[in-house]
Amino acid sequence: MKRVYVNEQWCLGCHLCEYNCAFANSGMTDMVKALKAKPIYPRVHIEQSDDITYAVSCRHCKDPLCVKSCIAGAISKQDGVVKVDKTKCVGCLTCVLVCPYGAVRPGPDGAANKCELCLENSCGEPACVKGCPNNAIVYEERQDEK
Amino acid sequence: MSKYVIIGNGVAAAGCIEGIRSVDKDSEVTVISAEKHPVYARPLISYYLEGKTTLEKMNYRSEDFYEKNKAELIYASADKIDAKKSEVTYGSKKVRFDKLCIAAGSSPFVPPMKGLDTVKHQFTFMTMDDSLALEKALKKDSRVLIIGAGLIGLKCAEGIFERVGSVTVVDLADRVLSSILDNECAAVVQKHLENKGMKFLLSDSVDSFEKHTAKMKSGEKVEFDILVLAVGVRANTQLAKDAGADVNRGIIVENNMKTSLDNIYAAGDCTEGYDSSIGANRVLAILPNAYMQGYCAGVNMAGGEQSITNAIPMNSIGFFGLHCVSAGSYFEKGEGEIAESKCCGGIKRLYIKDNKLTGYIIIGDVTGAGIYTSLVREKTDLCDVDVDKLKKDATLAMFLPETRRKKLGGVV
Repeated sequence: MKRVYVNEQWCLGCHLCEYNCAFANSGMTDMVKALKAKPIYPRVHIEQSDDITYAVSCRHCKDPLCVKSCIAGAISKQDGVVKVDKTKCVGCLTCVLVCPYGAVRPGPDGAANKCELCLENSCGEPACVKGCPNNAIVYEERQDEK
Repeated sequence: MSKYVIIGNGVAAAGCIEGIRSVDKDSEVTVISAEKHPVYARPLISYYLEGKTTLEKMNYRSEDFYEKNKAELIYASADKIDAKKSEVTYGSKKVRFDKLCIAAGSSPFVPPMKGLDTVKHQFTFMTMDDSLALEKALKKDSRVLIIGAGLIGLKCAEGIFERVGSVTVVDLADRVLSSILDNECAAVVQKHLENKGMKFLLSDSVDSFEKHTAKMKSGEKVEFDILVLAVGVRANTQLAKDAGADVNRGIIVENNMKTSLDNIYAAGDCTEGYDSSIGANRVLAILPNAYMQGYCAGVNMAGGEQSITNAIPMNSIGFFGLHCVSAGSYFEKGEGEIAESKCCGGIKRLYIKDNKLTGYIIIGDVTGAGIYTSLVREKTDLCDVDVDKLKKDATLAMFLPETRRKKLGGVV
């Protein structure tokens, strides 16, 4: 399946992916109204190691620990996409405890917030990829290395 | 065609059903459930009292879970396992099995306490029914006494706190959450709870009860209306023991979840399996372990092959917005390095020994904690990790560039 992958050598560290993500998942139509002067809760985040930056988001693992560990039965994998049912999530953050990539974080309501590939929001394709000015984040099919 | 029987209907049983169905789509599965509910998210019983979830949302799986998985759900207590005849007796009925999974869970342990029978409103806190019974007794001005400052006792305390007059928690240990936190971190959590208005009596225990009064060993007297007994839990091992299985504190299972008896597996809180953080068997009564063990048992029961060799203790728990995560094992000062940092009222302690992260605790900002957990679980050699970065933040920056590229650029 198609996933979001990172080419860290191209990342500018501009954080645009974070803003595009937060906007795509805000449910609003005006980016300024959605983001200005508010804390944002993007589902992708930029990390820095020395002079290298890179984006981190859910890997949609083949065998996701978060799904197996969720104490509420709120995380499931549907058609390859790991999804959180926010109405069931109680914000215990067991998913944060187990995600080996640090890709799940609490959202505005305390519930687990993570990349669901923008398949169900207004963007329809990963907003982080669409808005990346340097192709440092791509959405494509890659071979299983194993 | 095989016939699978599962005793118990918690998360381990749900995992077992899903494990069986990942291999065998057709054979009969029968689930014998002592609790008269479809599988629900047990740890949510305190969130229910707090108003953070509803009984409907506590369903661990969808409404059509049993139907979809062609599993028959019987509400009854399993009374006996006959390993030779491959039969389980429940009430006046029997069911034959080719493969059996015991996922019987655990029960509250109530030590003998003088005068306990004089206490009218006393509860344990393990099941949805316990939670509903406790809820009925709650009044705006109730004085609640909770025996046990462990995970169950404190989550119960949080769950009912806004609905009652006062909450006092007693524990024999000298700190709260003594099974998962060290002294330094426990102190941070205790202070947070005390600031909210919770009262603690630690290093103390009840000498005797007389109706609404608990006389403590220390001489102190506590007046209460409602008593919650959350001293601890015991694995439900009796059925397995009577059937002749090897049992210690839990039902002993191999890495593939097989018990010492042929065709009989066990999973979840009733088992004692391998804990890789201490290199020995131990009861690891945590939900992720229950699901994974159940799934593993199911796969093997159905003729597949799976084993679990990297189970570790790990917990994520929060109280009034303060999060605590922990994983692995700790050691005494001097046996290795304990890297401590404090930030924004929180604390982080990393236990590093023999060039490995053996365990950690974070109270407060838990962002990225799973990266630490994976180092503990995988026993990653820190030779390949930038330890200064590791101590600072839980990010992928601590890894070598090629390791990180594999994590973010490969199918994982």
